[in-house]
Amino acid sequence: MRVVAGAELPPLAIELTPTVVISTAIATRDFTPVHHDPAIARAQGSADIFLNILTTMGLVERYVSDWAGPSARFRGLKVKLGVPAYAGDTLTFSGTVASVTESETLIEVIGRVSLGPHVTAQATLTPVALG
Amino acid sequence: MTDERDHLMAVAGKAIAAGEGPRIAAPLPVNAATISHWTEAMGERNPLYAGPDAVAPPAMIQVWSMEGLNRDPDRRVRLPVDDVFEALDEAGFTGVVATNCEHTYHRYLDLGEELTSGTRLTDIAGPKRTALGDGYFVTWNVTWYAGDEPVAEMMFRLLKFRPKTSATAADESRNVGAEAAREPYPLRPAVNRDTAFFWDGVREGELRIQKCGDCGILRHPPGPVCPTCRSTRRTHAVASGSGTVYSYVVHHNPPVPGLRTPFVVAVVEVPEGVRLVGNIVRCATEDVYVGMPVRVTYQQMDDELTLPMWIPVEA
Repeated sequence: MRVVAGAELPPLAIELTPTVVISTAIATRDFTPVHHDPAIARAQGSADIFLNILTTMGLVERYVSDWAGPSARFRGLKVKLGVPAYAGDTLTFSGTVASVTESETLIEVIGRVSLGPHVTAQATLTPVALG
Repeated sequence: MTDERDHLMAVAGKAIAAGEGPRIAAPLPVNAATISHWTEAMGERNPLYAGPDAVAPPAMIQVWSMEGLNRDPDRRVRLPVDDVFEALDEAGFTGVVATNCEHTYHRYLDLGEELTSGTRLTDIAGPKRTALGDGYFVTWNVTWYAGDEPVAEMMFRLLKFRPKTSATAADESRNVGAEAAREPYPLRPAVNRDTAFFWDGVREGELRIQKCGDCGILRHPPGPVCPTCRSTRRTHAVASGSGTVYSYVVHHNPPVPGLRTPFVVAVVEVPEGVRLVGNIVRCATEDVYVGMPVRVTYQQMDDELTLPMWIPVEA
């Protein structure tokens, strides 16, 4: 199926349990204590442990890749960071096909938590053909 | 203040001129164990990243050069950006918050590839007044290489700020990058039973458009009765947040409390089919044009008020 500009990606909600925050931080080899130690995170003025940036990049990729399937290839991923995504919150992704050309597909993604947008992203893919 | 800026700019200028720092070897080759740990944690099920012919998920690129848990400070190689961070810390800009991360992938990586990475400082801008405090935006680039072939790049920008003394700084992190002071903003929107859903949405980071509860037609500005079917039942839809400039004016005079002239007031058409009035920010007034693609942003004007505004969509 051809992908057209304006099409929406199915939304995805991810419960940010402490397990998610910590396992993704460690899987990205980021051992900074604010991503796994609540006492240190709070002492630095945060509400709780929060997602690290490498995970935000990874979750945006996963959200777009769930939709685009294994034939598409990422050329780039641009992310603007907003409010922190704390453990206990829910990160909800929505996405739109912003433009389609013969050589690439541009997807715009927003990931929101209860405080507001956590991430605003643009993913550039090779042409996408949906099953 | 000027001396301080001159000093910081001199340090940064030297670091920028130094170009790319030493290439540092990634501690592990691209490998299946690290990939499967990552895909499991992310919930990524793309079959490309599993099996004997797996490639690495492209968003993992920075993972390969993470130093890991047993960092030995004596062995850490000094990078050109380190001088700039030290100078900013010494000047009291000790707070840090990341604002942008942009990856470019030249190709996907196969199992067994050994990478190196080189870092160069590209920009420093400031001092800027932000909700977190005065600060400098620092931008650097990392290039990853397989042998001498560049395989991926990253632009990373963060704000180094002088923390405010109040304990509320963490709560203000929602306003990262906004160059607004926190004095009460003098212009307040009219919030009533017809419009409350819109302003509630703005606080949640949603652009809500009133929708007829019977015929489903969207309308803006909000009102009590559907102009199409006269129903008084109403609900709302959430707009994607993208739009194009339908029309605009540049306001020079008279002065308006709370705003610095000149500023742009635009009618923005959204793909959902309605038009909204709002300011266009983070764009020179002369760069605005009819048909310009924009996207909504939420500016916290003071402790209570958040306003939707529009910023250019980056090319």
